[in-house]
Amino acid sequence: MIKIKSSEELISTHEKLASCLDKKFHCEDGKRAIVVCGGTGCLSSDSADLLERLQTLIKEKGLEDRVTANIVGCFGFCSQGPFVKIFPEETLYTKVKVSDAEEIIEKDIIGGEVVERLLFVDPQTKNRVARQHEINFYKLQKRDIALKGNAEINPEDINEAIGQGAFLALNRALHMSRQEVITEVLNSGLRGRGGAGFPTGRKWQFAYDVESEDKYVVCNGDEGDPGAFMDRSIIEGNPINVIEGMMIEAYAIGAKNGYFYIRAEYPIAVNRLKNAIKQCEEMGLLGDNILGTDFSFRCHIRLGAGAFVCGEETALLNSIEGQRGMPRPRPPFPAVKGLWGKPSVINNVETLANVPYILLHGAAAYAAIGTEKSKGTKVFALGGKVNNVGLVEVPMGITLRQLIFDIGGGIPNGKKFKAIQTGGPSGGCLTEKDLDTPIDYDNLIAAGSMMGSGGAIVMDEDNCMVDVAKFYMTFICDESCGKCSPCRIGTKRCLEILTKITDGKGTMQDLEELKSLANVIKSNSLCGLGQTAPNPILSTMNAFYDEYLAHIVDKKCPAHVCKSLMQYKILPEKCVGCGMCARNCPANTIHKTDKVPVGRPATLPLRVHEIDPTNCVKCGLCASNCKFGAVIKD
Amino acid sequence: MGLVNIKIDGQAYQVESGLTILEAAKKCGFNIPSLCAFNNGKCSRASCRVCLVEVKGARGLVASCVYPVSEGMEITISSPKAIEARRASVELILSNHHKNCLQCEKNGHCELLEVSKMVGARDNMYVGEQTPATLDELAPGIIRDTSKCILCGRCIERCKEAQGISILGFENRGFKTIVSPVGNRSFANSPCLQCGQCVNVCPTGALMEHSEIAKVDEAFRSGKKVIVQTAPAVRAAIAEEFGEKIGTPGTGKMVAALHRLGFYRVFDTNFGADLTIMEEANELLERIKNKGVLPQITSCSPGWINYMEYFYPEVIPNVSTCKSPHMMVGAIIKSYFAKVHELDPKDIFVVSIMPCTAKKYERQRKEMPDDVDAVLTTRELAKMIKRSGINWARLPEEEFDQDLLGEYSGAGVIFGVTGGVMEAALRTAYFWLTGEEHALIDFKAVRGLEGVKEATLDIKGTEVKVAVTSGMKNAKKLLDEVKEGKSPYAFIEIMCCPGGCINGGGQPYVKPMFLPNEDDDILETYRAKRASVLYSEDVRQSVRQSHNNPDIQKLYKDFLGKPGSELAEELLHTSYNSHREKYPNK
Repeated sequence: MIKIKSSEELISTHEKLASCLDKKFHCEDGKRAIVVCGGTGCLSSDSADLLERLQTLIKEKGLEDRVTANIVGCFGFCSQGPFVKIFPEETLYTKVKVSDAEEIIEKDIIGGEVVERLLFVDPQTKNRVARQHEINFYKLQKRDIALKGNAEINPEDINEAIGQGAFLALNRALHMSRQEVITEVLNSGLRGRGGAGFPTGRKWQFAYDVESEDKYVVCNGDEGDPGAFMDRSIIEGNPINVIEGMMIEAYAIGAKNGYFYIRAEYPIAVNRLKNAIKQCEEMGLLGDNILGTDFSFRCHIRLGAGAFVCGEETALLNSIEGQRGMPRPRPPFPAVKGLWGKPSVINNVETLANVPYILLHGAAAYAAIGTEKSKGTKVFALGGKVNNVGLVEVPMGITLRQLIFDIGGGIPNGKKFKAIQTGGPSGGCLTEKDLDTPIDYDNLIAAGSMMGSGGAIVMDEDNCMVDVAKFYMTFICDESCGKCSPCRIGTKRCLEILTKITDGKGTMQDLEELKSLANVIKSNSLCGLGQTAPNPILSTMNAFYDEYLAHIVDKKCPAHVCKSLMQYKILPEKCVGCGMCARNCPANTIHKTDKVPVGRPATLPLRVHEIDPTNCVKCGLCASNCKFGAVIKD
Repeated sequence: MGLVNIKIDGQAYQVESGLTILEAAKKCGFNIPSLCAFNNGKCSRASCRVCLVEVKGARGLVASCVYPVSEGMEITISSPKAIEARRASVELILSNHHKNCLQCEKNGHCELLEVSKMVGARDNMYVGEQTPATLDELAPGIIRDTSKCILCGRCIERCKEAQGISILGFENRGFKTIVSPVGNRSFANSPCLQCGQCVNVCPTGALMEHSEIAKVDEAFRSGKKVIVQTAPAVRAAIAEEFGEKIGTPGTGKMVAALHRLGFYRVFDTNFGADLTIMEEANELLERIKNKGVLPQITSCSPGWINYMEYFYPEVIPNVSTCKSPHMMVGAIIKSYFAKVHELDPKDIFVVSIMPCTAKKYERQRKEMPDDVDAVLTTRELAKMIKRSGINWARLPEEEFDQDLLGEYSGAGVIFGVTGGVMEAALRTAYFWLTGEEHALIDFKAVRGLEGVKEATLDIKGTEVKVAVTSGMKNAKKLLDEVKEGKSPYAFIEIMCCPGGCINGGGQPYVKPMFLPNEDDDILETYRAKRASVLYSEDVRQSVRQSHNNPDIQKLYKDFLGKPGSELAEELLHTSYNSHREKYPNK
């Protein structure tokens, strides 16, 4: 591997590699290129085997001089994976199986014809869409900042990253003074993407201002919100971009070492990052005297064991140091006394992924994107009751409606939108009335939720909001580190009250207690995890107070989710008396009545069935086995 | 350090910068309740969330135990918001606390109960499930009952900072978190020293000594001749249990109380200390004379012996084979004393009043199973006195029983403080080496409460280097030198608890909350105050060197022969176990 020892060498290497990459995407050398999604989601749907199959076929059919095939990072549209994309036409095939490889090679690569049946079908128009950028899911997105390189370059090959411009931002930074770099980031308006939205430049400035021989930069990749996978995909798709962001940060504050803290459940991300660090070291882009300057920097990886609290920055520092992941009291702040007692800056993966763009294109170009107080783009993991599940990068200021209905394609099965949960367990639920709110840090907080790391879970009318609060409380209760008493004991007490309510045993006094307890936890807890722990309760209570009342006063769960408050019933007018429900009932609690089903002759042995609720375990097997829709939840 | 201007509840004060709000408030006359801070308001955890106050401009409430004061800071302790927050934290803690206060041995010293009263916590404000609890009663020295634990983390920190071994840590997560040795093992099945430093800082009844009062009661009931001995450090602290200021000598009243409790004889472990010196100084001289293994290390502290067997078995050849003083006394009572009084040793029940929880383990060692029958801590003795209706204030001053083991020297008294054994040994060794008493009896170089003290003695031209340390964290460096054969010393005194026995794990609790008449800095000064009791008793003794104790001289003349004799070896010396694969188990 070549060594890049100076700014000039970097630029010449970039130009050379950029033309290679250009050729790949535009087929200038007459060679077409196949890329296959290598994100975790697609890999678990056999995309690695698919790639291997494609490569074998290319070899077998002697197409090596006509086509290449390699892996790329996440396409984001995870519900439609695995993806195969073909350049230069940019044809996108969705839900491709290993068995489809032959057809793609035969028909498209050899025959030059698009494989229609593998194209994406627009759920609204039912039309097949051939090109990626024509799919609604991608239309409103801006996937070239945090997700830069995702689904384009091979994340395991540093040459493609350099070809795409990696390290040019670092090169520019190294020609600036450290303070100038910080000012540039400050001016860009970049705010921390991990949750709280603290201005990144200010964080850097604090650490810059502290005199110390040793300083550290830490990348927080301990993504733990249920349903969130932004950081994972960013690292999987373009690890070099994050490394470069970290290097710029390290240069700015004066750090010589950086730590990536990534959860061990992300083996692919970890391996690609390891590989990227190794390649950078081999090229001399990490180590001593980077690009011929006196900036020296090394990256280290630490694996987290999966505790949610380790995403809290001081707990994360403890974990890196080999201690139990428990938050430290502040002050002292990490910027003053962080890792091993030295000034440290902890930034989220996505934050760092934004940095190269800012340095490359300038603060003004970055600040042109977004709203007044929230600049740039934000990556969301859109999930739940929405048609297009996946990873999206959108400019700040887009509305929730655009996110859910335009990009997300709306709610499946014609159900009604009820709420969107943002910010993970620390966030809250936004409702119908918030749909036209432009998404930015401050608007979401004003609406009673928060940006969080970017989890966005859509809920429809079938979700019980008390149950949702209980779900998040169970999560928090399990994930509380146990250090401070309000969080450790308070969340447990909240969960107990919520369970009482969903069991139909709640009283109005419980509701009062729940509210006051939630406020106690919020004001008394030690770290951000505890201070935000009651948010799911407070926000659902705020927006769906009626549902709480229904559980407590009417002893009903309007969404028919809470088992203690619902029962299965057979509608006699719909029952045909087939007995499928009774045969499948594990509790043997469905019986024949004397009634003859509507429209059936009495001579047949068919009789309307009835559920005896005393023994019913509410498993729902009767309902799922009834072909006539006669079993309903009540 | 400069001064800063702050306001507390609207009043202006000037305090040193660098203080936490809790410390500063205390200096200004405000007691902010707190449970996890124990170092006079310095805390590194901020985990109990009881000490919350409002600070103008700060986001939310702040934990006063970690938040530093700064110029112009405006602190509010008395606002309804702060009061309610503190109360709610305590109420939540109470909702997961096993509230059987009447059965709890900590009652009367329970900080949780006191803080609950302070903040006006209402019982059963929150109710619900309790964390699954462990009751560990296996270890002879310490009991751990997690149902009482409030996870303040003081014990964890204490174990780390005093002994450097971190036996205790947090286990599990969230609501299931408990404090325990790794894997929720028993203390008995972990390399715990049973020194009891953790017990001393526990705010609740989660960590307690393993009480043996019932055993002593049973001995009285069965008509045995119950003989009691008290360690030197006990007299330096027992008066605290009866409301006297720290540093009040309690020797005479303690003896009077023991007489009233019905003990057959009341002896002083100081006699054993003198005996230890005779044997240990002799052993040292033998080692020096015969070019034996040096440095010799003292063996009086069972916590240290535990530490050595677990972590430094290589230094066993260096450790004196002498039993600890109270075990020697036990052995002499059951042999010499029994013989002279024509008693069957089986009818004698020896009780040691010790400042120590590890002594409870020590008396059960298989190497010396019958010397002592029960060990009570200073705190347990106070309980026995209180329950017998004895009014401490009205007790007369009485003397130890003069019956074969009655006399003791000033050298024996100072055993209770770090450096004491060394000083006592030097007094005797000097005499034996030179044939004359040292002109200056006090070897002040080895006094004081620093972690490691060194001294070089000129014994008629021969230089002898000695070192004294207490707290295993401090001892580690000296021991590493010994292990590597690089130790420059001839004699090292090691005591397990920082400051020596006066700060032992069985001593009265020093909790500022319960000591309204003590100075603010009591946590820094209590050890010196207790030590001064012993040093002044040393000066008052007519005999100041162990070898001049007439009862000791008589014991050797009539019974043992000379130090290091065969009988002395059998009765007064022990051996150590370098292969403690199996941790001490009952």
